[in-house]
Amino acid sequence: MNTTSLIESLTDRFPAAVTSSHAYRGDATLIVRPKSLVDVARFLKEDPALKMNYLMDLTAVDYSAFGKHPTPAFFTSSGVTVKPSSEIPDEEPWPGPPDEGRFAVVYHFFSTTHKHRLRLVVPVEESVAQVDSLTALWPGADWLEREVWDMFGIGFTGHPDLKRILMYEGFEGHPLRKDYPVKKRQPLIGPTN
Amino acid sequence: MFNDTSFLTSRLDDAVGWARKYSIFQYPFVTACCGMEYMATACSHYDVDRFGAGFPRFSPRQADVLFVVGTISHKMAPVLLRIHEQMADPKWVVAFGVCVCTGGFYDNYATVMGIDTIMPVDVYIPGCPPRPEMVLDGLMKLQDKIQDHGVSGKRVAPEPRPDLFEA
Repeated sequence: MNTTSLIESLTDRFPAAVTSSHAYRGDATLIVRPKSLVDVARFLKEDPALKMNYLMDLTAVDYSAFGKHPTPAFFTSSGVTVKPSSEIPDEEPWPGPPDEGRFAVVYHFFSTTHKHRLRLVVPVEESVAQVDSLTALWPGADWLEREVWDMFGIGFTGHPDLKRILMYEGFEGHPLRKDYPVKKRQPLIGPTN
Repeated sequence: MFNDTSFLTSRLDDAVGWARKYSIFQYPFVTACCGMEYMATACSHYDVDRFGAGFPRFSPRQADVLFVVGTISHKMAPVLLRIHEQMADPKWVVAFGVCVCTGGFYDNYATVMGIDTIMPVDVYIPGCPPRPEMVLDGLMKLQDKIQDHGVSGKRVAPEPRPDLFEA
């Protein structure tokens, strides 16, 4: 299935759940409401025309500092061309982050049968910081959701064993949140600040 | 001939130091990419066996030099400290690579800013990773130290590290 028909098949099936969609450089993306996530994901996995049996990646983004600090133009200073190759169609530029919510949990799905892929973006409010777990559908989501919990502090309802995976128990805060102080040290042993 | 420094004791120190420096049993605590350079140094081309250090022991109880090779994270630090405590005296520690010496280019929530914040270090070998020649140079410096330490393995207190965490 190509990106257009992928997006159409889901927006037709879940008109209330999908808030927006885009196809950026050949990758279909759907912005999905958090409460409909499991329904959409189950449809993705079980529908014979979609058959997304492989959860490639599950991660999150903290958009709280997005656009506020101008990033140093690394690519410009390094001499690497910023513009993509003219062979890559770029008629539809990236529409930017979801309108609502500080965080976005991002899911990348792939179908080993149909060889197509799809990205789901679920906006998460900072006050909620909770989405439903997909471990019942893809067991591989277990550690990925633990990593998102560890790094961003986003909880997953229904996860069998939600605990830190990279940092140790007793570590305070979630280091990939943009408001985590860069210089903060909290070692298990040795000097602290 | 026999003045106030004991002739016999100083010769024993020399003999024991000489024996120890040519029979280094090393414990390689390898966590990262420096391990490749460590292996290159250990293999036949550079051949640490020439220095009597060719026999890595993978039990800290049988080792007398701890080679810390590669970035140490805060989560790993208690494990490293425990390995160090399990080694019998006299023991020496080599910081292999810049991450172990100072934290290297890592300056974040996860990395120990040099293992000398948690344990004494005898020889620092910087580099990312260090060339085998530098490792052999560090090994020879360690041999000199072992020779100097004599029977007791006692050493002068290391220079205190400047406080990293002053505001």
